[in-house]
Amino acid sequence: MGRSAGSARLPADDWSVPAELELKLRVNGMLRELRLDPRVTLLDALRERLGLTGTKKGCDQGACGACTVLADGRRVLSCLTLAVTCEGRDITTIEGLGEEGDLHPVQRAFLEYDAFQCGFCTPGQIMSAVALLAEGRVGTDAEIREFMSGNICRCGAYPNIVAAVRAVARDLGRAPI
Amino acid sequence: MRPFEYIRAVDVGHAVATAADRAAAFLAGGTTQVDLMKDGVLGPRVLIDITRLPLRGVAAGGGLLRVGALTTMEELAADPVVTERLAVVRESLLQAASPQLRNMATVGGNLLQRTRCRYYRDLSCACNKRAPGSGCDALDGHHRMHAILGTSEHCIATHASDLAVALVALDAIVYVRGVAGERAVPLTGFYHTPGDTPGVENVLEPGELITSVDVPLLPEGARSAYLKVRDRASYEFALASVAVALVITDGVTRDARIALGGLATVPWRSRAAENVLRGVPVTPEACAAAAEAALRGASPRPGNAFKVELGKRAVVRALLMVAGLP
Repeated sequence: MGRSAGSARLPADDWSVPAELELKLRVNGMLRELRLDPRVTLLDALRERLGLTGTKKGCDQGACGACTVLADGRRVLSCLTLAVTCEGRDITTIEGLGEEGDLHPVQRAFLEYDAFQCGFCTPGQIMSAVALLAEGRVGTDAEIREFMSGNICRCGAYPNIVAAVRAVARDLGRAPI
Repeated sequence: MRPFEYIRAVDVGHAVATAADRAAAFLAGGTTQVDLMKDGVLGPRVLIDITRLPLRGVAAGGGLLRVGALTTMEELAADPVVTERLAVVRESLLQAASPQLRNMATVGGNLLQRTRCRYYRDLSCACNKRAPGSGCDALDGHHRMHAILGTSEHCIATHASDLAVALVALDAIVYVRGVAGERAVPLTGFYHTPGDTPGVENVLEPGELITSVDVPLLPEGARSAYLKVRDRASYEFALASVAVALVITDGVTRDARIALGGLATVPWRSRAAENVLRGVPVTPEACAAAAEAALRGASPRPGNAFKVELGKRAVVRALLMVAGLP
């Protein structure tokens, strides 16, 4: 961060745009340098500044899960995370999971099990499912549903999302056949 | 979002000194803070990022659990001592929010989370909590989710935390640091009911920071649970919730802890209900009497009158569940 703690005070009625901060963000293993207004969320930094538009803005208020990314391996909501707080943390987005021809197993399962309709919530669903598998919360369909409940799908693809997650869990030996 | 100056705290002393000196807010998990700043409900001029302070982690010893204020909800729920000895805490955490939010939200922040009252969050509405003296649109508005205990003519907003309900039942102690030093506050005395100052929600002075929470362990053999009744099976705030811990020997309740959520303006410890149970055989009739005591004095509005009966039934069900009665 390129600004000291002892900078000039803002008057109480000042609505002027605050000075931009310099920061380094590690996204999908790459260190990216940015100058950002401290109000910018991680979601907007990813989409508008780094061109990583796979992460979706749904509700923008922490209710839908479409903006789910991994921070140091844990799933979080990028819409309620200020980008400036992420310096030094490892951010993984849907673009960091796999690529065309070399998809992540969860991405392949979503295709195989038809686990989406419009696709808008899908990157968040997939990031959440990747974390869910790492957390080991895939013992039963009920457990999968409970721990995927932070990802809303307005198309109602839930049964196929559960099927996709269950299939990956079985392949990894983390759930009964 | 209103512009603010971002300051990254280097240690606790720096954080509280900066906060005391400036009209500042602390930023931890951000799940409430950032949300309300986007909506314009909160507009701090200075935001002090405390996420890198060494206030994270759980340690057991001396019959209690010391929880660093920056421990996340998921981390606390996964703690082995919590899992083994404090079922009510674990269940209150895992029935709250979503995994993503629980990975962000901290224990200190959870205790300070703001109400979900829609009038508080909507700048076009009257709200004595957000804008003192402006009135309360919830009184004659949509108040199905609102409180029936601890209310006043100025505010009927519920406290939204599940964890705090479990922790008031367990007599948790909150440690607070300010420029004047550290002080310990029992969680049962931490929150203020709205009265005629709904904007003053707790005992914290401006600039004070929660650093840790001590949770006394339940005695060996105690059983506890958290029952949450809500409109969806998951990822929803409580219409009514009950934290219960019981020590039962030879069919008699030796100790009882009961606290209510979703029904009150603050996490609501019900000593009246506890007193009904203590020292008498644990029976469905005793549980029903405790439920009556717990909801005595409730003052519902037309849109949330159902919560009186819902609350009683939730208390009975939670007690029967923990007591192992059908």
